[in-house]
Amino acid sequence: MMKKMVWFLAIPLIFAGAPAADAQSARDYISIVGSSTVYPFATVVAEQFGKGTKFKTPKIESTGTGGGMKLFCGGVGVGHPDITNASRRMKKSEFESCQANGVKDIVEVKIGYDGIVFANSKKAKPFQVTRKELFLALAKEVPDPGGAAKTVPNPYKTWKSINSLFPDTKIEVLGPPPTSGTRDAFLELAMEEGAAKFEWLKKLKKEDEKGFKKIAHTIREDGAYVEAGENDVLIVQKLVANPNAFGIFGFSFLDQNSDKVQGAAVDGADPKFDLILSGKYPLSRPLFFYVKKAHVGVIPGIKEYVTEFTSEKAWGRNGYLAEKGLIPMPDDERKKVGQSVKDMAVLTTID
Amino acid sequence: MTPNANGSPRTIDIVNRSLARRYLSERRFRMCGLAAITASLLFLCVLLFTIGKNGYTAFQQTVIRLDVHFDEEQFSSQDLNALDYQDLIRSSLQRLFPEVEDRSEQRMLRALVSSGAAFQLQESVAQDPSFIGKTIPLWFPASDEVDMVMKGHFKRTAPEEERPINDLQLQWIDRLAAENRIAFRFNKGFFTSGDSREPELAGIWGATTGSFFTLLVTLVLSFPIGVASAVYLEEFAPRNRLTDLIEVNINNLAAVPSIVFGLLGLSVFLNFFQMPRSAPVVGGLVLTLMTFPTIIIAGRAALKSVPPSIREAALGVGASKMQTVVHHVLPLAFPGILTGTIIGMARALGETAPLLMIGMVAFIVDIPRGFTDPSTALPVQIYLWADSPERAFVEKTSAAIMVLLAFMILMNSAAIYLRKRFERRW
Repeated sequence: MMKKMVWFLAIPLIFAGAPAADAQSARDYISIVGSSTVYPFATVVAEQFGKGTKFKTPKIESTGTGGGMKLFCGGVGVGHPDITNASRRMKKSEFESCQANGVKDIVEVKIGYDGIVFANSKKAKPFQVTRKELFLALAKEVPDPGGAAKTVPNPYKTWKSINSLFPDTKIEVLGPPPTSGTRDAFLELAMEEGAAKFEWLKKLKKEDEKGFKKIAHTIREDGAYVEAGENDVLIVQKLVANPNAFGIFGFSFLDQNSDKVQGAAVDGADPKFDLILSGKYPLSRPLFFYVKKAHVGVIPGIKEYVTEFTSEKAWGRNGYLAEKGLIPMPDDERKKVGQSVKDMAVLTTID
Repeated sequence: MTPNANGSPRTIDIVNRSLARRYLSERRFRMCGLAAITASLLFLCVLLFTIGKNGYTAFQQTVIRLDVHFDEEQFSSQDLNALDYQDLIRSSLQRLFPEVEDRSEQRMLRALVSSGAAFQLQESVAQDPSFIGKTIPLWFPASDEVDMVMKGHFKRTAPEEERPINDLQLQWIDRLAAENRIAFRFNKGFFTSGDSREPELAGIWGATTGSFFTLLVTLVLSFPIGVASAVYLEEFAPRNRLTDLIEVNINNLAAVPSIVFGLLGLSVFLNFFQMPRSAPVVGGLVLTLMTFPTIIIAGRAALKSVPPSIREAALGVGASKMQTVVHHVLPLAFPGILTGTIIGMARALGETAPLLMIGMVAFIVDIPRGFTDPSTALPVQIYLWADSPERAFVEKTSAAIMVLLAFMILMNSAAIYLRKRFERRW
């Protein structure tokens, strides 16, 4: 028996002698972090790039826009990522933190647009909604229904109480948590715009922006809005199970699940590819990635990766990213961004 | 039993009277236990059934046969990699459907075949250059949409705008089927390739090797540490306040949520020691912290179960304390220690939370070849696929769960086998 036992001891020891090189001294693959919204697009490009060139396939982590910025701005050197994806523009504070840590030259690349959809199950009736109604349905504090210029805790429990044309069902919306870039964009594009439809709130926005944002950016916490985590697949499944519920998620998930869920028309525009492209659909936001210029030429392949991303066959009108649900930029904008990327123009300030 | 003189009932009568009730409560008690087991088995069955039902189709793949003409002139140049293989696929499709001339229709036609077909073609030419100058029938993976239609996950009867495959494409698929150009094949790529954003090309081999490297590091570190600590604490350490404190802390460590170890790994291994992100060696270190308390606890229990008479006999014939432990106690406790180790490793295999913090939750296509290459692990791969928008990843997710479960069952049955094989009863 002892002999057999010796074997069990010996196997790990054999492997313990296996080579363990120091990888930190050099890195031969691109390291990318950032937004989970850009992740599905960046990964497709990375895969095409890895297969089509002699370079290794980049490693992409989905850390969220904010988390990605933090890692990206950590410093220069192989231990830090080369590129970060973002579902919003870099903030001033993030730019400053980058500068403070020696990440001086940053190249901004806008890659296209993403639509945010307000969707329900195919089993239910199609829905038309305005941004004002979305604000009334989801804000924690809404303007007094009596008409006075003050807010009251959201009294609306059913859709019918907001608009008599709506069905008499409970308001139940599944959406992303506060850490998500999708939520940030939804607050900005839907809630803020919806709130500004009230005259006195519009005035407030001009006079006291902080006070206005406090009203427009606070989602109700009485159970009508359910935070469903960052998993959009889960939201789709829950919508199928409950035809009375609505969900907020990215256009690519609607695109891939068009047999199960349908997007509501917002302000009269359906969340269709062409309408988002033309800017008629109001809930769309730009997507970006940021390149650390100090790493170009040090880590092999960064320039080529950026070239692949900004090539017509990727981000073009009929490119493979459009097939995955990215809304391409208009031709002239694409040309402009493409040129500045080719020149590796760095960000000097951010507003 | 003697009858009672004063006329009060005999004890046996009292017992008999309550007997029916006692039998009943006995039956109820047993039924409760049985019901508990049935319920847990039922849940297990539902779980396995849904995973199996969703996932079994992933082991098959729809393939399309195309006659590829390797034109001699095109291949005259020396550099085989510089050729446009996508164009070869395109022209093969064009020959099959010459009537498709509209550009957008041609694109719809190309969408039937996976975008990986060109790379597959490139590889097969590189392996066998004798193809050049001939027309060869080759099987290529179909795109995930075609795959989903063929497997019935997308309903053909649904209205056109709700299907990712339109009516024209359905006609083409039917024509291909009629010409025996479409078939199901065993999905070998699922077991041999790394991750991909195209469901038809995605495989679990990258994640499996990542898990292997990670667990190897975990085993190499946590096994010696765990066994040495268990032996010292059980056989040599004096019993005092300090060892009590250590014991409490080890038990605590075993119960700490795994995400905490991930945070520890991030601040110590990555930020302080500057180790690479996403590397199995760091993953292994973090999982070691999680696993060795389990091994210590299992090891101490195994050592405790060795009867003191063995130790006393060895000491009695003049063995030193170390000889007693190494020659007699440890071999006898070994099956128990190994069982604990394997169960600890199985837990480490299923762990994702600590890996999230150290960057192992990432899109990695290349198969890791060493301890410092970027890699993921099996449960991470499941998580990533579960979060992908493409419908075809649903079956991939379930199939990956099946593979993970197979490894778990393998490890746990190894633990049971070792226990049965070497266990000694006293």
